[in-house]
Amino acid sequence: MNLVMTLEMAAECHPQRIAVSSGNLQLSYADLLNAARSAAKFIRAAGVRYVGMLDINSPAVPIALFASAYAGVPYVPMNYRLTKPEIEALLGRIAPALLVSDDPTLAPLAIPPGIEVMRRAQFQRAALGGAPEALSAPGEPHDTAIQLFTSGTTGKPKAAVLRHQNLMSYVLGTVDFASAAEDDAILISVPPYHIAGISAVLSSTYAGRRMVQLPNFDAGTWMQLCRDEKISNAFVVPTMLSRIVDHLQHTGKPAAVPSLRAIAYGGGKMPLAVIEQAMGLFPGVDFTNAYGLTETSSTICLLGPDDHRSGFESQDPRVRKRLASVGKPVPTIELQVRDEDRKVLGPGETGEIFVRGEQVAGEYLEQGSLLDADGWFPTRDRGHLDEFGYVYLEGRADDVIVRGGENISPGEIEDVLLAHPAVSDVAVVAVPDRQWGESVGAVIVLRENAQATDAELQEWVKQRLRSSRVPTAFRYVDQLPFNEMGKVLRRVLKQHFADRAP
Amino acid sequence: MRLLKAGTRARCAVCDTEIMVVRTVSSEVLVTCGGVELIGMDGAKTPAPHADVAAGQGALVGKRYVNAADAVELLCTKGGKGQLAINGESLAVKQTKPLPSSD
Repeated sequence: MNLVMTLEMAAECHPQRIAVSSGNLQLSYADLLNAARSAAKFIRAAGVRYVGMLDINSPAVPIALFASAYAGVPYVPMNYRLTKPEIEALLGRIAPALLVSDDPTLAPLAIPPGIEVMRRAQFQRAALGGAPEALSAPGEPHDTAIQLFTSGTTGKPKAAVLRHQNLMSYVLGTVDFASAAEDDAILISVPPYHIAGISAVLSSTYAGRRMVQLPNFDAGTWMQLCRDEKISNAFVVPTMLSRIVDHLQHTGKPAAVPSLRAIAYGGGKMPLAVIEQAMGLFPGVDFTNAYGLTETSSTICLLGPDDHRSGFESQDPRVRKRLASVGKPVPTIELQVRDEDRKVLGPGETGEIFVRGEQVAGEYLEQGSLLDADGWFPTRDRGHLDEFGYVYLEGRADDVIVRGGENISPGEIEDVLLAHPAVSDVAVVAVPDRQWGESVGAVIVLRENAQATDAELQEWVKQRLRSSRVPTAFRYVDQLPFNEMGKVLRRVLKQHFADRAP
Repeated sequence: MRLLKAGTRARCAVCDTEIMVVRTVSSEVLVTCGGVELIGMDGAKTPAPHADVAAGQGALVGKRYVNAADAVELLCTKGGKGQLAINGESLAVKQTKPLPSSD
């Protein structure tokens, strides 16, 4: 069970089908297989421990991913948007390694000893120039395929370990081999260092779907590429969909992408307004919400197109709210909501989400496996199930506000505040409180020309939630701080309330 | 007869069929293709024909094959003419409900 099996099967079944398009370069599955095997030879010869990828999306990304598997060393895609000291620290942790990168990322870096740099074009040339040669992947299903550094929004990045058997279980469990039509194409706009960027390569290869890469996302280019490349499928994070919606509303023209059949989204909380607007702007498109974590080899829950449509159209509030859910677990995943004593909770009860399945890695290089004796992984995500088995997320366990011993999820308060007509965006964080230890602080982005007072917003929450949920402090900002994947940086927001001494 | 392991790959000694074990039982089993026991990926092909080449529809690449008890599952990684079987029991294509594309 090795990642290369997806590529070997695709190259055997339809060698001439295009695997990757990037600008003018087109690689067929046979080309990609040959390139991966050629690159594996020089990776093996280099005698390195890791292959690092510190670059935007390009054909070098799928080549390096599969080449690493053929060479039997873990592939480590890293975030090129980190600061110079952060990147240098990560590089120090993977030496000796072969590093694929390019300018402008490389220019300011002091490359640590043991890191052999190949520029993107040089790597691609060397891989594509090799003579075709049969090569089998070494090792065992239990070997590490990919190591991903977590975004480190709460501290030093941890190295999540994904083994071949985890990733292959995910692919085999969720994708049918060669299920894509000949002219299907997926637009990949998530960066290579995100788990969705990895699963996009593996799933597309196994399905036989052409990958079109968009290295630096902007909504206008995304729309143009959809039309030019006759894109059938796309995956976006919520911020991307929000910008696409803004772009279309700004231009005032219809989306006009007849080839586009499906948009999947995930990687963060999708505002209800954005998905509703997107469904209105792309009426023929199937929307799928995919919830997953790095540690679970990507998707573990899906809210499919039918649930989106019924949620969009229904008058029944229980069905309508489904648009805010992440759907149900995929067939190969078991899911439970548990309380602090790890007791399993029933529908409507909020706790921590636990999952189990072959694709669940739940392991860090530094801490080892976080799975319990029965194979259950604590996701650190809080949420609940409804009476129909749909999963609703309520934020990270680490973001919980503990007010006088009571646990409060920011998510439920954010949802209520977002529904206020004057509020365009909001994040709720714990603030120091003399009486309660912590209480609720809200950072608000008001709509253009809209106004609201603290008292008015407090009243709004009070009418809808228990009194402990009512924010005690408000701050008003022009926009919330997000990382590049659309995650709110709550650590930064807490500083807004630093003047409130407990 | 041999003990299978999830992730193990094997091929037919006669036709083009190749498989990977997805799930298995803890006891030894006899995996055959067209009535002939499968060999390792680097094992030598035999010139002999399949014992029962007429039986079944062959193995299709990308399909998953299971026994009636749904305890053993093989993924066909390369298609061939022979019928896959476990301990003499012909395997059937596993029916799965396609999921919407999520990445």
